[in-house]
Amino acid sequence: MTDGDLPLVEGAERIVLPGVGHFAATERLDATGLTGAIRSAIARGVPFLGICVGMQWLYAGSSEAPTQPGLGYFAGSCTRFAESTEKVPHVGWNSLEVRKGSRLLAGVEPGEYVYFTHSYKGPVTADTAATTFYIEPFASAVERGNVMGVQFHPEKSGATGLKILRNLLSWEAKEAG
Amino acid sequence: MITKRIIACLDVRDGRVVKGVQFVDIIDAGDPATQAARHAQDGADEIVLLDITATHEGRGTLLDTVRRTARELFVPFCVGGGIRTAGDAAQVFEAGADKVSVNSAALNDPALIDAIGRSFGAQAVVVAIDARRDPKAADPVRNAEVFVQGGRKATGRRVVEWAREAEQRGAGEILLTSMDSDGTRAGFDCELTAAVSEAVGIPVIASGGAGTVGHFVDVFARGKADAALAASIFHFGVSSARSLKEELAKAGVSVRLPC
Repeated sequence: MTDGDLPLVEGAERIVLPGVGHFAATERLDATGLTGAIRSAIARGVPFLGICVGMQWLYAGSSEAPTQPGLGYFAGSCTRFAESTEKVPHVGWNSLEVRKGSRLLAGVEPGEYVYFTHSYKGPVTADTAATTFYIEPFASAVERGNVMGVQFHPEKSGATGLKILRNLLSWEAKEAG
Repeated sequence: MITKRIIACLDVRDGRVVKGVQFVDIIDAGDPATQAARHAQDGADEIVLLDITATHEGRGTLLDTVRRTARELFVPFCVGGGIRTAGDAAQVFEAGADKVSVNSAALNDPALIDAIGRSFGAQAVVVAIDARRDPKAADPVRNAEVFVQGGRKATGRRVVEWAREAEQRGAGEILLTSMDSDGTRAGFDCELTAAVSEAVGIPVIASGGAGTVGHFVDVFARGKADAALAASIFHFGVSSARSLKEELAKAGVSVRLPC
C-alpha cells in the first residue's frame, strides 16, 4: 500500500484489498490517500472485494485498534472471538452458510469449505452474505451493491475460492431499478 | 464446523523433492511445484515445503522453487528450513509462501518469532518443535526435551514451556514432531501432542509416527491435534489425502470433503 497505487485504484475495473495482519495497519490507507480513492471508486460502481482485514476495514472499526476508523460502509464493528475452550486464531477450513441472493458466492453449494486464519470477525447484519460457525456465528462474507468482503482467503480456498474470484471477475453492474 | 487438516509435507534439497508424500501415480517425483499442485488436487488441505539444502548457494534455488510452487497452488503454503532471520522470512513471503516454519533459529534467538510476527502477522509464523520424552523427568511427557539440528542437539528446553513461550511471542501455530515416534509407523505420540495442545491456545500440528489411518483418528481424538502432517501417505494403505480423509470421515473425524 503506497501512494504510488493511487493511479491504479483510480483507473481500476475491479479492486481487491487483501489483508493479513493488524487492523492498525489500515492507517496506511488513510495516509496514502487510498481511502478516498477507494470511496470514489465504490461510488463509481467499481466492484470492490476486501479480504480478511480488508473485509474488516469495510466496517466502522475493530476492537483490535479502537482509535483507527474503518471505511464504515457496513454497520457495526469487528471484535475478537469470545474467550472459550476453542483455540484462537481460528485457523483452517470451515464451511459457509450462504444467504440467498449473494452474487459473489453464486454457485457455492452448502457444505463447501474455505480457508480461514483470523482472531477478529465482523458482526452478522442484514448485509451478511454468508455466516460461519466458530465459537459463535460470525459474518464470513458481506455484500451490498458493488461492495463485498470475505473473512476467508479465496486465493487459498482451492476450487471454491477460485469460483468466488471468478464471480468477481465476471461481475457486471446491474441496471438500476 | 472447523475441520481437521491433513497437511502434505515435501522435503526438498537443491530444488528437488527428496522425500515426499509418495503416491502411487506420481507424475514427477522430483519437482516440488508439480508435486505440491498434485497433492492439493488430491485433497491435501495444506502444503509444507521443508528445505534441507545445506549450502548457501542452494538458498537462491529455494526462493525460485517457492515462487514456482506458489504460482500453481491455491491452498495454504508453508515453507521451512534454513530461515535464520526476519530478512530470510521476508524473502520467502515475497516469493509467495503464506507461512514460514522456524525451528533451530527460533531457539537460538526467540525474538525472531516476535520479529516475523510483527511484520507478517501471527498467522504467518509456525514454530516447529522436535521433542523427545525425558524418562528422567518427573513428567516425561510435559518435560520432553526439545532438540535442534534435525534432532542431533539437545537444548535443555522443555516442550510445554517452550511452546508456551513461542505462543506468547506471537507464533500462530505449533508443528510438533515426536522424535520417539518419528519413523516408527507405530502411531503419533498422542500424550505428547495432547500435553502441548492443552497448554497453548493456538493450533497444534502433529507429526511423526503415522502408519495407519487409525493413527490419524487417534491423534485428532486423544492427541487433541488440530492438524496432522502426512510424510508418506503411501504407507497407510491409501492412495491420496482424499482417500485418507474419506476414511477419517467414516471414523467420525470432521474433515474437508468433498475436496
